[in-house]
Amino acid sequence: MNNFETVIGLEVHAQLNTATKMFCPCPQADYKAGANSAICPVCTGQPGTLPAANVKAVELGVKTGLALNCRVNEISIFARKNYFYPDLPKSYQVSQFDRPLCEAGSVEIDLKPSGSKTIRVARAHLEEDAGKSLHALGSRALDYTLVDFNRCGVPLIEIVSEPDISSADEAHAYLTELKRILQWAGVSQCDMEKGELRCDVNISLKAAAVKELGQKVEIKNLNSFKAVKDAINSEIARQTAMIERGETVAQDTRLWNEKEQKTVPMRSKEMAHDYRYFPEPDLVPLRIAAARLETAKNELGELPRARKTRFMKDFGLNNYDAGVLTSDRCLSAYFEACMKEAPPSAAEGEAKAVANLITGEFFARANELKVNPEDYLSKTISPVSLVKLAALTSAGKLSASAAKTVFAGSWGTGKTPEALMGELGLAQVSDSVQIEAWAREAIAANPDAAKDFKNGNEKALGPIVGMVMKKSGGKANPRLANEAIKKILAA
Amino acid sequence: MKIEKKDVEYIADLSRLELTGEEKELYSAQLGDILSWMDELNKADTSKVEPTAHILGLENVLRSDLPEPFPDREAILKLAPQRELDFIKVPKVIE
Ligand SMILES: [Zn+2]
Repeated sequence: MNNFETVIGLEVHAQLNTATKMFCPCPQADYKAGANSAICPVCTGQPGTLPAANVKAVELGVKTGLALNCRVNEISIFARKNYFYPDLPKSYQVSQFDRPLCEAGSVEIDLKPSGSKTIRVARAHLEEDAGKSLHALGSRALDYTLVDFNRCGVPLIEIVSEPDISSADEAHAYLTELKRILQWAGVSQCDMEKGELRCDVNISLKAAAVKELGQKVEIKNLNSFKAVKDAINSEIARQTAMIERGETVAQDTRLWNEKEQKTVPMRSKEMAHDYRYFPEPDLVPLRIAAARLETAKNELGELPRARKTRFMKDFGLNNYDAGVLTSDRCLSAYFEACMKEAPPSAAEGEAKAVANLITGEFFARANELKVNPEDYLSKTISPVSLVKLAALTSAGKLSASAAKTVFAGSWGTGKTPEALMGELGLAQVSDSVQIEAWAREAIAANPDAAKDFKNGNEKALGPIVGMVMKKSGGKANPRLANEAIKKILAA
Repeated sequence: MKIEKKDVEYIADLSRLELTGEEKELYSAQLGDILSWMDELNKADTSKVEPTAHILGLENVLRSDLPEPFPDREAILKLAPQRELDFIKVPKVIE
């Protein structure tokens, strides 16, 4: 029993897809790079150094805002967020506070089993990451802490949702959609294993009848979608039990303990919620000119949700296929290139056949061979060939197994399906004279089965069709063979 | 504006400063004086003035996204009081 409404807001940090850090020319080091191999006087906070904002990070921030339907503020300001922690050498993090780059956006999420919901985005702002603290070296626990500043100063976009999320499933759907949008826009690779996407959860319960919210509990630093879901469910259970026992839930900052599957209070009191923000005197305001906004809009192009809707409308695809085909920008571009090759008069089934080939055979092989999505058009099978293959299969000129062989032969070779069919002798035979000849031979070779069939045993047809397939080397069109045998036996 | 001793203690704590009792008294008085001047400024009508973040009048001082590795990271690591391997070593921080 649960008389409580759950109110959840998410703060997502995504690592921006730049070559260098936010305020210095240090390269963004690989997550496996040696400790402190990408540091400089600026990102380690040496006295007398001056930061300069990365133009690419600003552009990606603008794209984030546009992709999340935000207002991109003409003027935004960097601010210092002050706190002391060894992974923060300047003792402040450069962020944005009262005048962020983007505000008032929204993300549309899919609900299960159906329907959708709008999650409002309060703001999206630029900031820099902190360094990394190690409390153990390999399996050896340390009684001191080691600090690596490689991540220090790496550009992030922080996306703060309004508290519009009401369940762990909705949080999961929101993160899924956000990740798809950020990857699509080229803003972030969002690889959670590399820490490129992290999430803080704010969660409180309120009695359904009451207007007032309970105290807000923050769960920090969740680094997988599963952890977000599990942490929310566990926190709902904990808070519900507390309220039912008549206790009050205190405002709290907690961490997710994966092993014990529960949230635990953050022991460190270092992160006092008094950051004493003030405008960063070393960085002048950002002005996003109309021209820059326009360029970003053009580069962004059609967004995944709009493209999905268009695929359903223009090509008659179902929700699932359209969803899969727009899960990645390059994949959707590949599908679109295929549909350009399909004859304009093509029936609706044609798009479905092409979609099936892409979501099935194409996807499986591309994943197996780890083809970079950017190489779909150049290193797989050409859209012309894929469309031809789909058409040959649906016209019955190629059996399903022969289609697989042709697909494999065409992959990466540029060979056309017609050429491969000739080369491999795979064309399905639909010539009625030839099929009838095979059918007569097959009946003659199976007199008992023929008799059984005449006596009304439909199943007796199986061995005769099998014989036709054998005689034709698998090339006879099975449907036509079936019809031919029935016709002869009925005569 | 009156600054109490406990305000000074709070700020000192946030700033990781250890102050003596004498210092706390001294800074309470000094900070109070400074903030009194702010009260003076608060008398000015700023209802029609845009808040100022910078006085330079500059905008968009941006840098292109070209990597330029810093050639002497050893010089930086040497500045740390303690070091282990390529890490900077600090007292234990509890997560
Ligand atoms: Zn640097």
